[in-house]
Amino acid sequence: MHLDEQPLRVAEGWGGSVRSVSRYVVPRSAGELAEVLADAHRAGLTVTPRGAGCSYGDAALNDGGAIVDCSALSKLLSFDAQRGVAVVEPGVTIKELWRHALPLGFWPAVVPGTQLPTLGGAVAMNIHGKNNFAVGPIGEHVEWFELATPKGDVLRCSRTERADVFHAAIGGFGQLGLFTKLALRLKKVDTGWLRVTPLHGRSLDELFARFEDYLPKSDYLVGWVDCAATGRALGRGQLHSATYVHADALEGRPVALEAAAQDLPGTILGVPKSLAWLGVAAFMGNTRVRVLNAMKFRAGQLPGQDRPYIQTHVAFAFLLDYVPGWKRAYGAGGLVQVQPFVPHARGPETFRAILEACHRHGLPSYLGVMKRHRPDPFLLTHGLDGWSLAMDFRVTRGNRGAMRALVDELIELTLGAGGRFYFAKDQLLRPGDAERIWGRERLAQFAALKRELDPENVLSSDLARRVWPSGIGG
Amino acid sequence: MVGASSGLGEAMARQLHAAGANVALVARRKDELDRIAAELNAARPGSAFALAHDVRDFAEAPAALEQCVAALGGLDFVAYAAGILPPLAESEWSFEKDRATMEVNVLGAMAWLNPIAARFEAARGGTILGVSSVAGERGRRGHPSYGASKAALTTYLEALRNRLARYGVTVTTVKPGFIDTAMTKGRAGLFWLISPEEAASQALALARRGVASGYVPARWAPLMLVVKAIPDFVFKKLNF
Repeated sequence: MHLDEQPLRVAEGWGGSVRSVSRYVVPRSAGELAEVLADAHRAGLTVTPRGAGCSYGDAALNDGGAIVDCSALSKLLSFDAQRGVAVVEPGVTIKELWRHALPLGFWPAVVPGTQLPTLGGAVAMNIHGKNNFAVGPIGEHVEWFELATPKGDVLRCSRTERADVFHAAIGGFGQLGLFTKLALRLKKVDTGWLRVTPLHGRSLDELFARFEDYLPKSDYLVGWVDCAATGRALGRGQLHSATYVHADALEGRPVALEAAAQDLPGTILGVPKSLAWLGVAAFMGNTRVRVLNAMKFRAGQLPGQDRPYIQTHVAFAFLLDYVPGWKRAYGAGGLVQVQPFVPHARGPETFRAILEACHRHGLPSYLGVMKRHRPDPFLLTHGLDGWSLAMDFRVTRGNRGAMRALVDELIELTLGAGGRFYFAKDQLLRPGDAERIWGRERLAQFAALKRELDPENVLSSDLARRVWPSGIGG
Repeated sequence: MVGASSGLGEAMARQLHAAGANVALVARRKDELDRIAAELNAARPGSAFALAHDVRDFAEAPAALEQCVAALGGLDFVAYAAGILPPLAESEWSFEKDRATMEVNVLGAMAWLNPIAARFEAARGGTILGVSSVAGERGRRGHPSYGASKAALTTYLEALRNRLARYGVTVTTVKPGFIDTAMTKGRAGLFWLISPEEAASQALALARRGVASGYVPARWAPLMLVVKAIPDFVFKKLNF
């Protein structure tokens, strides 16, 4: 398989605001994947692994190099229905996994806001979900994996075998090797339901207070932040706390473990889902978002709106899948997502400063999502004992300069508070920022593994070159 | 400018340069290229880059393109003006000439314009100018593969235009009539002959205006309307 004879393809980050032109190859087997890695040096091309392309920025882009699309390595190799352990190839998606596992009484321990990502991509980026505060990122639920390295080895890694590689490749954004097999432990569930409690906070402080109150009572907890609100309403929002519904609390409902019981509706308010993005597009614009958010917030305060209700796992977890193609609503320029992670004690003041900065730059986020996090043992982790605020910003022809200036300020506010960023969401971190986030020692450990497993620097990406212009291995 | 060593390509490169553009000159004949680049660089140092390349070396095109982009520091306009018209006698049937014609006029264009199209798609902007010919409008008896190559190029460029329009990329197909170049020298039956400089000026104007497809000079348009309307049973009796 000659990499330099593969077709060129324009690949895009999930936010639709960055793209690359790359040789594009889709291996059909682990053997073909190894061939690709072996040929890269001869072809003089760097390689970036790509799953479903759900990283918002440039983590799975490789301008002028090659992209190895792992989505065809999509066999679910085995499922231990006693322990709830799935062994999968890297291209198996979260959707495929839950559809297989839920009828057997298991749900993926960690899922993001969409079911589209592949598990190889999810582990490479070490994704988190709305339960990060309780169960950590997906890496904490990986038992072992096999990693094909550019050097030609296939390493089996776990907490006891090459634990250094295990903790670095999870969250290593595909820069140490390509997963060929992964074993993931799922969560046992009795039913396909969650009990959801809606809450609200009329200000940022109130939102934080409600969040703290409900953490011990929640299996999942996520906040919507009205980033367009100002003054005393700055940072107001709504929370949704969810707990597993056990078999003894079904109250006559079906158990809903079969996949069909979980499927999202085909229409939204009577409109076919395929057209729903047009409704979202109608609200793009600072003033219109401000009005829409105010309506949403007020609607949440109407009598009865704080009553708990029952929802399927899929309906609660995969909000981004409700409106297919929702990103089209952002227009041709796409969107940038910025997700600062801030230590617990610095959360309220930093988020306040972040929201104020957005207003000052005239760029309020059109969607803000707040979560609570905990530290984890992975080398380049974004996890910390604290909070995150994910913000979507519309990119237009005219606002790229203003966006850069805003994001520079957000980076300074976040790193100044001892915070972090998350590579699955990033496209704007600068050289030197990685050292401020993880410190010299951690980066040296990662660089040493890079030199061991990928001495020729075959694995790279637009993200890697942006953040480490001189190369990760030094 | 692919095919920049003479004729329409050279003239377009010189006019773009005179308008302030930095230009990369690509063609097979290194001496000619070096001469033109030296002249342009004398007028404005560092503004012209010459790269000797045979467009039939298809596999080399992406790397050659990268060299040009690196030398220019970016890319926003590309013209594919490489083309050959090997002389073909009345009863001569030459697959070698046919193949060379298709390779230079069509496959070379694809080898160059595919990576350029990808680059412009990713950048959400750019302009491609392709030099086709009035000869691509009908299958004339004089040179089957030349007409076929220009018909293929015209259709290929139209498809590029339709593929890339949604990304803000402009593709202009220029269909010249007879231009006073080495390619047409000594040929009988030429009319409405214009200089390469005049053709270049009109071709670049079409691209600047974002015209999808245009004849050079424009007076070929009504004539070609008639030519295209001639029924087959009449056309095969004509002597052109």
